[in-house]
Amino acid sequence: MSRPENSGGQGYETTHRPDSPERGTAAPSAVRTAMPVLKPVLIAALLMALVVMFLTTLAVGSVSIPVEDVVRVLLGHDAARPSWTRIILDFRLPQAITAILAGAGLGVAGLLMQTFFRNPLADPFVLGVSSGASLGVALVVLAVGGVTTSFLAGLGLMGDLALAVAASAGAAVVLMIVLFAARRIASGMSLLVLGLLFGYLTSAAVSLLLYFSIPERIQAYITWTFGSFTGVTWGQLVILGPMIAGGLFAAFLLGKPLNALLLGESYAFSMGINLMRARFAILTTTAVLAGTITAFCGPIGFIGIAVPHLCRSLFNTADHHQLTPLTMLVGALVALIAAFAASVPGSNIVLPLNAVTSLIGAPVVIWVLLRRQNIKESFSS
Amino acid sequence: MTDPLIHLHDVSAGYFQGRRPPLVVVQPFSVTLDAGKLVCVIGPNGAGKSTLLRTIAGMQNPVGGRVDLRGRDIHRMSAAERARQLSVVLTQRTEIGLFTGYALVAMGRQPYTSWHGHLSEQDHAVIRESLAQVGALPLAGRPINAMSDGERQKIMIARALAQEPDLMILDEPTAFLDLPRRVEVMLLLRGLARRTGRTVLLSTHDLDLALRNADHLWLIDDRGTVTAGLPEDLVLQGAFETAFASANVEFDLESGAFKTNGMGKRPIVLQGEGIASVWTRRALEREGYAVVDQAPDDIPHVTLSPDAEHPWTLVVSGESHGTDSIGALMDALGGMSASPFPTKRHVQDGIDRRDG
Repeated sequence: MSRPENSGGQGYETTHRPDSPERGTAAPSAVRTAMPVLKPVLIAALLMALVVMFLTTLAVGSVSIPVEDVVRVLLGHDAARPSWTRIILDFRLPQAITAILAGAGLGVAGLLMQTFFRNPLADPFVLGVSSGASLGVALVVLAVGGVTTSFLAGLGLMGDLALAVAASAGAAVVLMIVLFAARRIASGMSLLVLGLLFGYLTSAAVSLLLYFSIPERIQAYITWTFGSFTGVTWGQLVILGPMIAGGLFAAFLLGKPLNALLLGESYAFSMGINLMRARFAILTTTAVLAGTITAFCGPIGFIGIAVPHLCRSLFNTADHHQLTPLTMLVGALVALIAAFAASVPGSNIVLPLNAVTSLIGAPVVIWVLLRRQNIKESFSS
Repeated sequence: MTDPLIHLHDVSAGYFQGRRPPLVVVQPFSVTLDAGKLVCVIGPNGAGKSTLLRTIAGMQNPVGGRVDLRGRDIHRMSAAERARQLSVVLTQRTEIGLFTGYALVAMGRQPYTSWHGHLSEQDHAVIRESLAQVGALPLAGRPINAMSDGERQKIMIARALAQEPDLMILDEPTAFLDLPRRVEVMLLLRGLARRTGRTVLLSTHDLDLALRNADHLWLIDDRGTVTAGLPEDLVLQGAFETAFASANVEFDLESGAFKTNGMGKRPIVLQGEGIASVWTRRALEREGYAVVDQAPDDIPHVTLSPDAEHPWTLVVSGESHGTDSIGALMDALGGMSASPFPTKRHVQDGIDRRDG
């Protein structure tokens, strides 16, 4: 070993040789402020908004429940009316938690992909994971089962779980193929094209299935593609929760290689990043997050691509140690707002979640983009 | 330490292509380098400069031989270990918005920080020192995308420096810069090598800068043969003519620069002194004239008399033209190019392909 395992030692002293002319010209405190500083007020406001949205989602719906009762139920007491307790615990709470998990997960998965591919248009689904999930669901809904509609009727009850299993299997198969390809393909760009081609392949297969299917089944499939947080039960949250939490934690640990990758794979490698391992970790994390969420909630678009941009723009940072947790926060908030809007408060209508995320989100992001034109600058060309 | 800092043993660089034999771009060569040297790799386009640098940087495996840094094979180190001894500045233009100069230089501390990248006091000290070494402290708080190419390059060099490497490898660090910035970066790198005792290995197309500043030159010719040595030795050995051999350019031993072939074939006499004379001479040489002091009368004469109304006087075969600019002088000369001497010899020498 030519140099001790240190972060100082010989090299440090070399740079502090007394003959170095500029030495001491740095006013340390002045230069230190050059590290990006987060905006604590903005973060606090977003956290507040998250709490308020969370409580609102629990309080407002086809039946309005006073916020005091919501808080009482959350603290383990009974609400003024027993039905309220049930509505909150059995329906609205799992939905709200699902929205938070899915929003955070999709946002972070999008962030990983945008950084990994150094492409502002990348989203959680560029790997083709959601296409795999779609194909799995399409196979179950459109092809499997008898011609009778009893299977479809069953979909409402235990069918959700069947869909989740099918979607997970589809996502897992694509993940395997992508990881296998990643070992052989040198450039990230080829992987991007590969994911795109998977998308075309699967949507072609789904089209064929749709073409030969009966209207009721097509309807069931299309409903799945609308996306929804409402179908997730406590039983499913037991699976969804840990998977997403694990994915988010992994993404948080990946901050260092992700930052290095902002400079490109060659630089990352020269800074000591094990490219193969980093690539495997990033792809797996993304696929687990995107695959799980798609399996339980359907293919929810927009959050994954827009939230990372929103965070970069709001906080003016590209540092993943900051950006990853911020994306979780903003993603969760956006998903809660979308779910709330989709439920159309005060009515029994539930709008397609995918339509709502885009309808509300796109103008917001366009507005942010126009106001602060720093999105494209955070990417290398 | 008796070992040299860097030791290349019969290193050849190129590309592996599956089952077929590897494509060798740079032929095997051996060389040793001590600490604190500035080494320039020069050669024509496509000679394999980048391939060689990538090989020495451990980014691709050598086709043959081995690269030792402090006696240890670079290609057997882990990426993390190598990153503490060797850093690179790549030729690509860095576009990374939302990063300040300081934050980008801080990335160079990655090989030393833990998983969450927390920077210790000492890391901050190294970052500041790296910025100071390249004279980029004023850039610390500026976003990268608000910097000029020269400023970005300084920041990238500071980032490489923050890795505290024994060896810094830079692929064409002057490529995007204008001439003053090129000189500045080259002087900066030479100063860094001297002051910090790190060895700097760079590729460049700036022959003149390399000749003036490098402690060692590695000259790669278009067959991939490397000639290594002191710049002056390589010039005297005629290595430059060999490496850059081409029909249209030749290496001028006196000026240490390349000249377009066909220069100085048609004699002309230039009489006069001072700045005007220097630039008149340049224009004449560009047009293919050889400026001589003495010549028979049938050779054109240009006389400079700075204070006259027509400072340039051209005399050809007893005919005299006064002109008020070099441009007009060239036009006057051009008008006489039908005269017997230039064109014929020109074609015979196979020089000016436009004529042939």
